[in-house]
Amino acid sequence: MSEPNTIKPFLKEMNTDFEVRSLDTMCVNKSELQHPSWYNLKYLVAGILFGIILVKSEVVSWFRIQEMFRFQSFHMYGVIGSAIVVGFISIQLIKKFRIKSIHGEPIELHPKPFNKGQVIGGLLFGFGWALTGACPGPLYALVGSGALVIIVALGSAVAGTWVYGLLRDRLPH
Amino acid sequence: MLEWLRHPWPWYISGPLIGLMVPLLLLLGNKSFGISSSLRHVCAVCFPSKIPFFQYEWKKEIWNLFFVAGIMGGAFLAAYFLSDSQPVQVNPKLAHELSQYGVTNYNSLVPTDLFSWNSLLTAKGFILIVVGGFLVGFGTRYAGGCTSGHSIMGISSLQMSSIVATVCFMIGGLIMANFILPYILQL
Repeated sequence: MSEPNTIKPFLKEMNTDFEVRSLDTMCVNKSELQHPSWYNLKYLVAGILFGIILVKSEVVSWFRIQEMFRFQSFHMYGVIGSAIVVGFISIQLIKKFRIKSIHGEPIELHPKPFNKGQVIGGLLFGFGWALTGACPGPLYALVGSGALVIIVALGSAVAGTWVYGLLRDRLPH
Repeated sequence: MLEWLRHPWPWYISGPLIGLMVPLLLLLGNKSFGISSSLRHVCAVCFPSKIPFFQYEWKKEIWNLFFVAGIMGGAFLAAYFLSDSQPVQVNPKLAHELSQYGVTNYNSLVPTDLFSWNSLLTAKGFILIVVGGFLVGFGTRYAGGCTSGHSIMGISSLQMSSIVATVCFMIGGLIMANFILPYILQL
């Protein structure tokens, strides 16, 4: 199945397959380059770094999430806020100097069009975040850190994604 | 140095490091930072079930599964080799509130009083682990991203939809943590 490469914000038909599919960053394939599969090991290394940071910053802790939602600690706001600032500056620098990827490709960003899912799905995810004390990255990190019962939460998250896929044509977008 | 690494890292160290994941993935291969898509890829690989949403060339997205496998590995390294084994330091107000529900063990990142194989079979544990996990998977995919894809990657690239999503994540979490969770913890 070939995916459109560009976003067409003027597309007016509600809930067309393309419009819905472009809501996800994935499925908008960014690279035409073919690499041997071991090239993916670089993402494994990036993931290892991210996993270490997630655990050492304690953002994977249920306790830290409860503090955040009760405004009892600045920690989580500091982490997310400073991450956004650094991410923003990095993207501005990449754009300004037209920095290319290590394979020489121009770096592309794909807009995520607005739809009702960000509100309804966002609220539902917020409920789940406060219950489990973990968003998807921390779910993986907690399993790795030895909290093995979180495998059940991760499996349940896969089930939630699957049910969304099953129902999505009937959900408001 | 190693001693310092073993303590929990302050926000002004860990936040910027998380932010650097954005340019790192873009430079490594034009990838947008995001985690929740990996849940979709797992569905596409293991249980596509002829659902159109899971019919795509997941092999082109396999990088994301390498990334989350790395997260597990990194978390393992941090927990077993970079830990000072000290209890999680929380705000005394939270500790007081949680003590009313019998949560007193701060030795693990997750409260073992609530999250354990035994508690899984109780109403409280089932809601926290299974219902909570389901809402994370369903909600992130419905919203088109999670904390990393929307709140960090999306806001960093000034996407209005990501700002809306992040505000909704926070509202949902505030409602649950302050108004609903206390009743669940009493179960």
